[in-house]
Amino acid sequence: MSNAPPTHAFSLRDLSRSFRYFRLDGLNLELPMGQIMGFVGPNGAGKSTTIRLLLGLIGAEAGEIRLMGRPVPEQVAEAKHEVAYVSDDMRLYPGATLAWHMRFVASLFPGWDGSYAQALLKRFNLQAEQRMGGMSRGEHMKAVLLLALARRPRLLVLDEPTSGLDPVARHELLAELMEIVRDEQRSILFSSHHTLDVERISDVIAFIDRGRLVDARDKESFLERWRRLQIDIPEGVTLPALDDVVEVSPEGRLARLTTSNYQPALHGAIERAGARIHEVQRMSLEEIFVASVMGSRTEERT
Amino acid sequence: MISQADPRPLYLQVKEQIRHRIAVGELKPGDEIPSIRQLAADSRVSVITIKRAYLELELEGVIHTRHGRGSCVAENPDLGHSLKEQELDQHLAAAVDVAALLRLPEDQLIERLRQIRRGREDAK
Repeated sequence: MSNAPPTHAFSLRDLSRSFRYFRLDGLNLELPMGQIMGFVGPNGAGKSTTIRLLLGLIGAEAGEIRLMGRPVPEQVAEAKHEVAYVSDDMRLYPGATLAWHMRFVASLFPGWDGSYAQALLKRFNLQAEQRMGGMSRGEHMKAVLLLALARRPRLLVLDEPTSGLDPVARHELLAELMEIVRDEQRSILFSSHHTLDVERISDVIAFIDRGRLVDARDKESFLERWRRLQIDIPEGVTLPALDDVVEVSPEGRLARLTTSNYQPALHGAIERAGARIHEVQRMSLEEIFVASVMGSRTEERT
Repeated sequence: MISQADPRPLYLQVKEQIRHRIAVGELKPGDEIPSIRQLAADSRVSVITIKRAYLELELEGVIHTRHGRGSCVAENPDLGHSLKEQELDQHLAAAVDVAALLRLPEDQLIERLRQIRRGREDAK
């Protein structure tokens, strides 16, 4: 292996793993260095499973995993010097203080940045001498985040980092995440239900549902491709089959058409059929997410 | 301030903000503008969104990107004026869209504009 810095924080090729009631099926996903990936999916879609596979916490049945340029699981220990992972179910020693945890993590990781840790303590409004057991859910989450951020990892992996945080703490966290990518050699993968957060700070967005990747692409083209059209369909007129139309509803006179690949040519096709377009609306990431998950589920059934 | 409560997409808000800073003279022709990653961190908006905004501003001749040396405001003395004109066009385009929804004929739309203009002049 060469010593050149990896071009990608991670890559997953044809990754599969079966459980009794769930199967992660042929996942392909990669994150170029310097970017933030938002990983979005309903409960039980396979977000946490994918992350655990990526970090070598569980084994894959098929496929190839590279983390910071290194094969997983063979060299996962070396890769993890540069990777920090935070999940919302992470537990620290309840009897020990945050300061004790900070000294502990600092002793394990040479990249530990003590002055950054002190700055984060203030910013997150945490007390170093407080025992973990006495912290609220939000404080606990912020403490875990502090321990990960102060290691200055090149890849930060966050599983639902904003769950349990109040709006102020969430705002602080998003600001810290954006500080990280000032350096183009650092990357972040974060899973979230909070589509507003994902929409704001992600460069790349990946949708997962029922163990399969629904779509993954850069955020701007994601938002640019999806549109909702309000159309007036006079009596006797039926719309022809149109490419990339995910949904037309209701089937009445005033219809709402959702497309996953908006092109000006669509206007011509609709008007030639005898219908009229009232309005073309952009969609939020949440609306796109719901429409694309529903669309992929319908496809699966047919 | 980039807001998600604003119905305009984030990249457009970034573009408008830079245009506005040029229009009010806070940024002058030749001035350096923040790097993409710097503005992303400062406004807590993804790098790719800022990149897109800069790319479009460059194509519109508002900024100029020097390879490997960041971006600066284009050397165009007419800039402030043309930006105001673009703003006017955007408002007029929005008015045309609403008129189409109301199925208002063109002559009535123009007549409404005249009335509003007279009304505001009388108010002065």
